[in-house]
Amino acid sequence: MTERYDAIVIGAGHNGLVCASLLGKAGRKVLVLEANEQVGGAAVTREFADGYSVSSCAHLLYQLQPQVQKDLGLKVDLAGDKLGTVALAADGKHVRLNGDDISGVGDEDTANYRRFRKRMTRFSDLLKTYLNKTAPRLSKDASKSDMLTLAQLGFDVRRLGKTEMQEFLRLIGMNIHDELTERFESELLRGAISLDAVLGTFLGPRSPNTILTYLYRLAGSHGTLSQPAGGMSSVTEALAHSARDNGVVIRTGMKVKRVVIENGRATGVETESGETFSSWLVVSNADPKSTIMNLVGVKNVETGFTRRVHHIRMRCNAAKLHLALDGLPTIAGVEKREFGGRFVIAPDEAYVERAFNHAKYGETSAKPVFEVTFPSFRDTTLAPTGKHVMSAVVQYVPYELREGWSEESHAAFEKLAIETLAQYMPDLPERITASELLTPLDIEEQFHITGGHWHHGELTLDQFLFTRPVGGAHQYKMPLDGLYLCGAGAHPGGGVSGAAGRNAARAILKSGGQV
Amino acid sequence: MTITEVEQGRLRSPFYPRQADLDRLNQWHDWKGYASADGFYDTTLEYFSIRNSTGVFDLTPMTKYRITGPDALDYLNRLVTRDMAKIKPGRVAYAVWCDDEGQVIDDGTIFHLKQGEYRLCSQERHMAWLQAAAIGMDVSIVDETEEICGLAVQGPTSFSVLQAMGLDGIENLRPFGLDTYDFQGTELMVSRTGFTGDLGYELWTTPDNALNLWDALFAAGELYGIRAIGTDALEHSRIEAGFIAAYIDFLPAHVTVRSGRSRSPLELGLDWLVDFKKPNFNGRRALAEEKRKGSNWRLVKLDIEGNKEAHNSYIYPKKGGGKEIGFITSAMWSPVCKQNIAIGTVRAPHGKVGDKLYVEVYYQREMHWSRVMAEATVVDKPFWDPPRKRATPPGPY
Repeated sequence: MTERYDAIVIGAGHNGLVCASLLGKAGRKVLVLEANEQVGGAAVTREFADGYSVSSCAHLLYQLQPQVQKDLGLKVDLAGDKLGTVALAADGKHVRLNGDDISGVGDEDTANYRRFRKRMTRFSDLLKTYLNKTAPRLSKDASKSDMLTLAQLGFDVRRLGKTEMQEFLRLIGMNIHDELTERFESELLRGAISLDAVLGTFLGPRSPNTILTYLYRLAGSHGTLSQPAGGMSSVTEALAHSARDNGVVIRTGMKVKRVVIENGRATGVETESGETFSSWLVVSNADPKSTIMNLVGVKNVETGFTRRVHHIRMRCNAAKLHLALDGLPTIAGVEKREFGGRFVIAPDEAYVERAFNHAKYGETSAKPVFEVTFPSFRDTTLAPTGKHVMSAVVQYVPYELREGWSEESHAAFEKLAIETLAQYMPDLPERITASELLTPLDIEEQFHITGGHWHHGELTLDQFLFTRPVGGAHQYKMPLDGLYLCGAGAHPGGGVSGAAGRNAARAILKSGGQV
Repeated sequence: MTITEVEQGRLRSPFYPRQADLDRLNQWHDWKGYASADGFYDTTLEYFSIRNSTGVFDLTPMTKYRITGPDALDYLNRLVTRDMAKIKPGRVAYAVWCDDEGQVIDDGTIFHLKQGEYRLCSQERHMAWLQAAAIGMDVSIVDETEEICGLAVQGPTSFSVLQAMGLDGIENLRPFGLDTYDFQGTELMVSRTGFTGDLGYELWTTPDNALNLWDALFAAGELYGIRAIGTDALEHSRIEAGFIAAYIDFLPAHVTVRSGRSRSPLELGLDWLVDFKKPNFNGRRALAEEKRKGSNWRLVKLDIEGNKEAHNSYIYPKKGGGKEIGFITSAMWSPVCKQNIAIGTVRAPHGKVGDKLYVEVYYQREMHWSRVMAEATVVDKPFWDPPRKRATPPGPY
C-alpha cells in the first residue's frame, strides 16, 4: 500500500504553497503536485529569450498579505520598493503618482487626490480585514463564528462614521468612471486610476463594480508597488522553501489528471503519467472551473453546484508583452531614473472605456492600454549587461477572439501593441531583439488557468465574499467530502496575496483537517 | 398596426377531434399549454369505468424528454435518487429528482426504450434543470412532447381490450414493462404503467397515427365498457392508489419561496426510491444528513372514520384538538373501497403507521356548517390495490 498523505495540494501556485506550508507547519504530511517544471504557478520568472527573463504573468508585487509573511516568517528580497507610476502623455506632460504624492496636476486635483487616497485606503483597510478571514456563512447553518464575523463586518462599516459609511455603501457597487470624473480635472490622472481599477478584469471604467476592484488592489499595502529581486519566482521560491522547511514534499512536472473519488469522497489524485497518490484531503489550487469540471468531474458533484461553477465568469482580457531590448527606449519628459518605476498608457478614462468596447465583441483593442515596467533597470540578473527587458500588461485582449487566435492574429496584435508603445517611445521598435506575447489563451495553456483569468474568476460583487467561488461553497470546503479549494477562485480572490491559501489552510485546520 | 388574433390559445392533442365528439361538458383546463378535459360526461361514470371496465385518458400533454448519448445512464443516475443501472431496457421506473438541498423538484417515469436510450415523462416541464444537469456530460436531451402522443388505458377490462385490438403478446407484458407491438403495420409502444393503481396500460404513438389508434381502441373496447375519462376521474383513482401529485400533495422545490415549503423524498414517503448506495446523486448529501438528523415532515395516508370528506382539514394529535400537526392535501370518499380516505402531511415524529390522529372536518348541510373531529388511522398500503394489477398474464373480464 502506498503511503497516505494528510493532504495533497494540486498546483504549486503561491496560494497552494502558502496553504501547504501552513498545513505542514501544523504537522500535516503534505504533498504538492505541480504540472509545470517550475513552482510558482502564475508567479514565476522565466527566460523568454536567450539571457532575458521576466515575471511571466504577475510582474509587480503589491498585495502580498502581511499576515502571510508573518505566519510563514517570509522575507521577500526586493529589487525595488515604493515604485512610482508615470502616467504617460503624448506631449511629455506626464502625471506622476507615488502613494499619496502626485505631480503634474493642478492644485485642486492635488488636494482632491489626497482626499480620494485617504478615503480609498481607509475603505481598503476595512476590506483587507475580511480578505484575511473566511467569509461568513449566511444560511441557517451559520456557526457562531460566522455570525460574529458578520456582526463585526456590520460594526466595522458603521464605525466609519455616518458620512463615510454612506460613502462606502454608495461607492462599493459603483463604477470608477463616475467617481473620477466627479473629482478630478486631469484626464491623465483619471485614465491612470481607471486603468488600475480594470487591470486583469473583463470590465471597463464605466462598468459597475470597478470601485471594488480598485479597493481590492489597494487592500494589501495601499497599492504600494514593489519588484521582487529575481522576479516573481523569488517570492514563490521563498514560499516553496518555507513549505519544504515545514516538511512538505513538492514534486514538479506532475500534472494531475483527476481527483480520485471513492464512495463520494476525494481520496487522492491520479497524475497524467498514471501515478496515483492517496490522501485524506485533496486541496486544489487550480481554479474552481477546472477543479470541478475537469479534475473532479461533474458526475461526482451535484447539479445546482455544477451549474453555479459553470457560470463563473472568468474570461480574461489581459495579455503580457515581453520585449528583449538592446537598450532603454527614450520617453520624452522622462528621466532615466524613472525607468525603475511603472509607466501606464491610459490617456483618459474614455480611452480606457473605448479600449474595453472591443473586448465586448471579441475583438482586441484598436488602442490598447498598458502597464509597462523595465524590471532589468533595477535587477541586472534579468538581462545581459547593458541590455534590458520590458514587461507589460496589455489590455484588452479577449480570451475568445471572434476570429479565433492564430499565428496571424497573434502577430498582428503584437505589432499593434508595439506600434502603440512607439507613440510614447519612438525608438522602441529598433531596440527590440526578441519578443513574447502571451494572450489569455497562452496564459490558460501555460499556467493552467481557465480563461487565463488572473483572479480565477471575475472579481465582482456577485462573485465576492459569500458567493466566491459560488454560493454555498465559499468556505474553502467544496460540496464533495475531502475536497478543498485554496486558490484565487476562492475568497478573497487573485493577486499575489496568499490570502486564499492562508484562509484555506486555517479552515482546514479548524475543521480538524479531515472531512 | 393590425393585431392578429391567436387562433388557438391552447394546444390541442391529436386525439382532440374524437374527444370533441364525445364531450358533453365542455370543461377543459390548461396542462402545460395543452387543453386537457376535466371530464366528458360525468365524473362518477368516468371514475367507475376505471374501476369496473376501461377508462381512456389522454396523456399527450405529459412532458416527454428523450435522453440519449454515451453518458445517458450516468446522467440519469446523478439526476434521480434511485439506481437506474437496475432498470434494464424494456423497463420503466418511477423516480423523483431533487435539487442539491434534497428537495423534490418533481416525480415522473423513466422509460428505458433500448440500451442507453431513455424517455423521461413528467407532469411539469423541466428543460432548464435537465440542461443544467447535462453540463459537462455527453448527453442529448430533446423535448418530444409534441412528437409523441399517448393514451392511458386503465381498468379491469383493459387487457381484454388490447387483446381484442390485436396486440399479440400483450399478455406477457409485466407491470412496469414496455414493449412494441404491430398495430396496422406500424409500431406501437405499450407500457404497463398508469396513475390509477389498477390493471392498466399506456399506449404511445405519433400524432399521425393518433386517430387510427383511438378508433381501433374504442372499436375493440365497445363490448368492454370503454370510456374516455378526464382529469377529475383520474384524480379520484390516483388518491385511491395512494399516489402523490405535484402542486397538490407537494410543491416542486423550484416554485417554493419560503424555506420549509418544499419536501424531500424521505418526507414524501419515497424512501424506497432513494438509493444511498449510489456515491453521488443530486441531493444525496442533504438527504444523508436528513436521514441522520430526522425529517421535519411525513406524508401520511389516512383512513378516516365517517363519510365526511376531509378536504383541506387540519390534523391534530388528540381529539380535543390543541396545536395542529399537519393538514390534508387530498381527500375523497372512495366508492370502491367504501372508505373515507385522505393523503396529508404531518410534522415528524407524528404519523407513524398505526397512529391514531384526528382531522377537523367542516361540512355543510343546507347552508349551515358543522364540524366533526374524526379519528384517522395512518395506513401503510395503498387504499386500492387489487391483485389484477400485478397478475401476468392478467385475467380476462
